[in-house]
Amino acid sequence: MSGAGAETRDVVIVGAGPAGLGVARGLLEQGVRDIVVLDREDEAGGVPRHCGHTGFGVIDFKALLRGPALARRMIEAASGAEIRTHATVTGLKPGGLVEVSAPGGPYRLQGRRVVLATGVYEMPRSARLISGSRPWGVMSTGALQQFVYLSHARPFRRVVILGSELVSFSALLTLRHGGMEALAMVEPEDRITAYRPAAAVSRLLFRVPVLTRTRLHSIRGKNQVEGVVLERTDTGEVREIACDGVIVTGRFRPEATLLRASHLLVDPGSGGARVDQFMRCSDPAYFACGNMVHPVETAGYCYREGLRTAHAIARDLRGALPPAEASVVIEVGDAIRYACPQVVAGPLREDADWSFNLRATRVVRGRLEARSGERLVWSRRVHALPERRFSIGAGVLAPFSSEPVRITLTED
Amino acid sequence: MKDAQGTSARVVVVGAGVVGCAVFRRLALAGLKPLLLERGADILSGASKANSALFHTLYEATGSSLELSCVRAGYREYMEIHERMNLPLLKTSAMVVAWTDEELARLPAVVQDAHLSGVLDVRQMGAAEALLREPNLAPDVKGAVLVPGEYVIDPWSAPLAYALQGIANGGEVRRNCEVRGGAFEDGVWRLQTNCGSVEASAVINCAGLFGDLVEGICRESHFTIKPRKGQFIVFDKAAAGLVNATILPLANKYTKGVLVGRTVFGNLVLGPTAEEQEDRETAAVDGDVLKKILALGLRMVPALAKYDITATYAGLRPATQFSDYQIEALPERKWITVAGIRSSGLTGSLGIATYVAQLYAEHIGPLDPIEDPRWVTVPNLSEYRARPYQEDGCGEIVCHCERVTRGEIEAALEGPLPARDLPGLKRRTRCMMGRCQGFFCSSRIAELSAKSFPRPLSSGQAA
Repeated sequence: MSGAGAETRDVVIVGAGPAGLGVARGLLEQGVRDIVVLDREDEAGGVPRHCGHTGFGVIDFKALLRGPALARRMIEAASGAEIRTHATVTGLKPGGLVEVSAPGGPYRLQGRRVVLATGVYEMPRSARLISGSRPWGVMSTGALQQFVYLSHARPFRRVVILGSELVSFSALLTLRHGGMEALAMVEPEDRITAYRPAAAVSRLLFRVPVLTRTRLHSIRGKNQVEGVVLERTDTGEVREIACDGVIVTGRFRPEATLLRASHLLVDPGSGGARVDQFMRCSDPAYFACGNMVHPVETAGYCYREGLRTAHAIARDLRGALPPAEASVVIEVGDAIRYACPQVVAGPLREDADWSFNLRATRVVRGRLEARSGERLVWSRRVHALPERRFSIGAGVLAPFSSEPVRITLTED
Repeated sequence: MKDAQGTSARVVVVGAGVVGCAVFRRLALAGLKPLLLERGADILSGASKANSALFHTLYEATGSSLELSCVRAGYREYMEIHERMNLPLLKTSAMVVAWTDEELARLPAVVQDAHLSGVLDVRQMGAAEALLREPNLAPDVKGAVLVPGEYVIDPWSAPLAYALQGIANGGEVRRNCEVRGGAFEDGVWRLQTNCGSVEASAVINCAGLFGDLVEGICRESHFTIKPRKGQFIVFDKAAAGLVNATILPLANKYTKGVLVGRTVFGNLVLGPTAEEQEDRETAAVDGDVLKKILALGLRMVPALAKYDITATYAGLRPATQFSDYQIEALPERKWITVAGIRSSGLTGSLGIATYVAQLYAEHIGPLDPIEDPRWVTVPNLSEYRARPYQEDGCGEIVCHCERVTRGEIEAALEGPLPARDLPGLKRRTRCMMGRCQGFFCSSRIAELSAKSFPRPLSSGQAA
């Protein structure tokens, strides 16, 4: 498909959340002004739009902000970039041609570079293969936040929260704000996934019991949730809690169906785009950044990554980026779910200022190792939790830059 | 004679599943101005809300049966009318795959049975051809049987179209109206419902999972409904390209077994199981069973491991102790029984409806077919045809996973048979049925539907 007849821009950014707005701001600062940010929602801002509680913006805006305020600051900081809302990208074609659906009708945009910053969603109940009936009242934190903070509704009275990631505590704050009672937080592992103090906060401040080593066995109810059956993973003990809502939190998945329907390579571990250290995709007209490539990080992390990606794009537009040929391929094994980036373009130097962002598949206390062939390049001990980042500074792998590197995490 | 609503006695169809909707349409086209009563908040609230959406030849039928003749007639009629009603028809073909030498030895009998039942284009193929057609099958496939005439359809829009055409031609649909009893006096039925007494000149029992209970109003039921649950897993659109044909294992007596195939909505479906249960209303999913289905799917198509699960669901088939359909007229009671319609009913419904109209004409009363009936169209939900989001003026996309526009949501909440609860809205538009299951759109859907649903989603008492 050719881009003939398509409107052309230097950079087309897909997604106006923290990562996409970070790219927009960064590009403007680099003097790249012919850019457009597309977002499918009513308003730009991404997930922070509906995170009505505080805890955002300290690093990037030197202020403790609520999510919507952070979204406004990010939009202001990108002023000068054209932002189009209600613009849904429906196709990605080789060379940076983007198909868009909008209320006024479909159209195409040709970007010299295109950035995919489409974000994430929480893994729903269905994908977790949870048993039971399928009544109304089972929803993600994101959906709950939209009900409470955007629609000012109170969809439930008494709620059980599944998961104990950072976002699970966001669900707790959201329930509290909306005048709903959180009955319990349920976590199958033997400790919470978020930083430990969060558990104490929830117990002490909100008096919500955190039930570790407990799994959500099944959901009951005909039209509306009537209760949940919980099962201890160690003793098998079963108990039932009456509730009218279940918030299924975390285990974020990339919003990557667009990507998977395209010609771009996908990393099976992250489920997002395969990128090099410049966040460049397998088609060098495309870049990808934010949570789509590494589910999941904070809004601030994604914003800063957007700013860095903008620098790489600006260099690329000047022809100053190393060619998009993988000089090092990163493979992962054992308990590693993914490493991002998956490839390194150009020489990997000891003074490299970036890191590999890693995730484990489960709770592991063990040894993180990087091997080139049979040779051990580097290793360190880690205590990895699922959904929590751990990293390897890229420089430590530098002396072995020309061969595939295999990163593994082996239990003690 | 007048009922509580002040209308004269007329033919009453009990149950608005796919069969009830098709019978209702046929009787409306026959000039009978029928009344369709549904106990649920919407049509398709029972067995018809969940199935595998296969539109098929019944190539595996052996010997003649009422089921076979209804399915063949239904197949032909759908082919004739689907374009006129804007209903999709996706040609997939099907492939019955042998994974062991023992299964391979059974394939010739599959071909022979198909030929005997008149499906002459069915043929066997070797492993190499099977893999050429379906490159994502596990490489140890031994051989396959190709059934070219298999399709998939939209299992919700088709019955909706039938009901709408029935309304457009003089019929009436009442939802939330459960038939709980009745008496036959002076040639007229007086049916007790939760919304008053309804007089009926004749009753067509299409009550599906409640068929034997409704039959009990007329006579001691000779059949017993044994709900047979099927659980399914749906994969995201990205996985739809993994197969072309519907991939079937060798069938046993009760079920086709766990299949993997495309849906018209552009997803991939895996299932169903066949599990008997007592409960007629709730079809729960079971995580352990879903894991087994997933394992069977990975056995057939290993690449499925790379794709996210979009949804899980379960449906109930209204099986009886008989393998064939139970369709019968009781002239002296002005009653027609339509029961035991298993999963072939989606294909067979139009044929069943024609057969019911014949029984009516022969045993109960004359038909007065409408010479120039009104036709209706329904919105297209098939991903394989043009959708509103690809056109101008349908409003913004509200449900991003399934690309449902505001215009489509608003249209489904209006008209002669509007959605009145979330499941009904989902069936009419596919909103919230995609991979995020409402992460992005549920509060918007709640806002758009707030004035239309008796129990709004955001109120904390949604149905």
